[in-house]
Formats: sequence, structure tokens, C-alpha cells
Amino acid sequence: MNFNIDFTGEFFAFFLLAVCAIVGAVLAINFEKVVHTTLSLAFTFVSLAGLYVLLEAEFVAFVQVLLYVGAVTILMIFGIMMTKHQGEGKEPGRPLLEALAAIGCLCLFGILFYAIRSAGFPAPAADLPEDNTLSIGKLLYSAYAIPFELVSVLLTVAFIGAVALAKREEEDS
Amino acid sequence: MLGSYLTLAAVLFCIGLYGVLVKRNAIIVLLSIELMLNAVNLNLIAFSKYGVVPSLTGQVFSLFTMTVAAAEAAVGIAVLIALYRNRATVNVDEYDELRR
Repeated sequence: MNFNIDFTGEFFAFFLLAVCAIVGAVLAINFEKVVHTTLSLAFTFVSLAGLYVLLEAEFVAFVQVLLYVGAVTILMIFGIMMTKHQGEGKEPGRPLLEALAAIGCLCLFGILFYAIRSAGFPAPAADLPEDNTLSIGKLLYSAYAIPFELVSVLLTVAFIGAVALAKREEEDS
Repeated sequence: MLGSYLTLAAVLFCIGLYGVLVKRNAIIVLLSIELMLNAVNLNLIAFSKYGVVPSLTGQVFSLFTMTVAAAEAAVGIAVLIALYRNRATVNVDEYDELRR
């Protein structure tokens, strides 16, 4: 099998960040305490932001840091604070279910890996524009203006819905 | 290089899928879903640089995905807190009212 890897600086940076991301994700699955899982996944999200910088997507990388590391992780920590996690880690294992899930995931990964390796990707025809953030801003306000506004409506609706859902029970009691 | 990024995304997606299927804590399930969405974003951005026609469309699309993922996380936590008030547990195995 030919992997076509040339050992450049970009490859080493990719390798380092990829190892960080996978280690964070695997540890997140293995940790027993929920807070440790959340912090470990935050580490994975930061590594992914580094990979985005490597892929010349600086704006998306900073949005990733702001949104995932800043907002989603903090939201999950608030969720952990609001709920009780006393008996965690003592639950009996379910070996059959875990084995079946592991086999299913490995099969899916095998299929994906085979598809990636057997698909011949042609070399890119052009380069991305230099000023990433400026170009994305122009695209968002010209070609993608309507989806952009729709997404803002979706966000407003979702957050009002979240507030209403989390608040309703208190008024009843 | 594209193949390496796609393989990494596949690994992360499978880890997230395993977490969703096996974990009982609802918060960990939500976080695993976020991990799967992140793997998809990595694919989109890798294709936006190394695809046949490199363009910013992939990055714009990943921005939309992140927005929807943030909305999903907020609503998910709200549903979780509302359920926790009713059942006093975050174990997804015990959310089985529809089965009784």
C-alpha cells in the first residue's frame, strides 16, 4: 500500500496535532468523571483548531476556539453543575453492548479507510485566496446572505426555546 | 495529504459514534455528538483546501455547521435539565417512559 507521505514540516505539525486530537478523544471516552471528559474533549477541540490553521482556515479556527472551547464546553460544565453525578463510575459494565458497538465502529472505520485509500484524489487546481477572513466576510454578505440570515433566526429561536424549556418547571412548582 | 486528514476525521467520527452508543451519561452522549460534528467540519475544511476545486465554500459551510451545533448543544442541555427535574437522573437508560 502506498501512502504517498513526504516528511515535510507540515506533515510533522499535522501528525502532532492529530495525535493530540485522537488522544484527547480516547481519554474522553475512558475517563470516569464527567468533568474530566469535558476538559479532555476541550483539548481535542483546541487541537482541531490547530489543524484548521494548518489548512489555511484561520477564521474558522478562531471561531472553533470561541464557539467550542469557549461556549459549548462551558455550557456542558454548567449542565454538569445543574445535575447530580454521585454514583458515576460504579455502574456495572455491559460487555455485550460494548463489544457490539466497538465492532460496529471498527467496521465503519474499515469501510471509510478503504474508501479513502481507494479513491484517487486529483491534485488541487488552484490556491485559496490569501486574505481568508476578508473573503469569507464578502462571501457571507453576498452569495450566502439569505442562509446567513436564516441561521441567525435559527439561533434566536433555539436559544429562546432553550430558555423556555429549562425555565418552565420552576413556574409550576 | 488529503487522505491523512480524511483518515483522522474518520477516526474521530468513529470514537464519537462509540461514545454515543456505549456511554450512559447524557452529557457525555451530547459531547460525543459534538465530536462527530467536529470530524465532519474537518472533512469540509480539508476538501476546501485539497479538493479538486479549492474554494471557500467548504469553510462557509463549516461555519453554518458550527452554528447549528451550538444551537443543538444549547437545546440539548435545556432538554437534559428539564428531564433531570422530572426523573432526577442523567442516565439515558432510565429515560424509558415511552417503553412502559
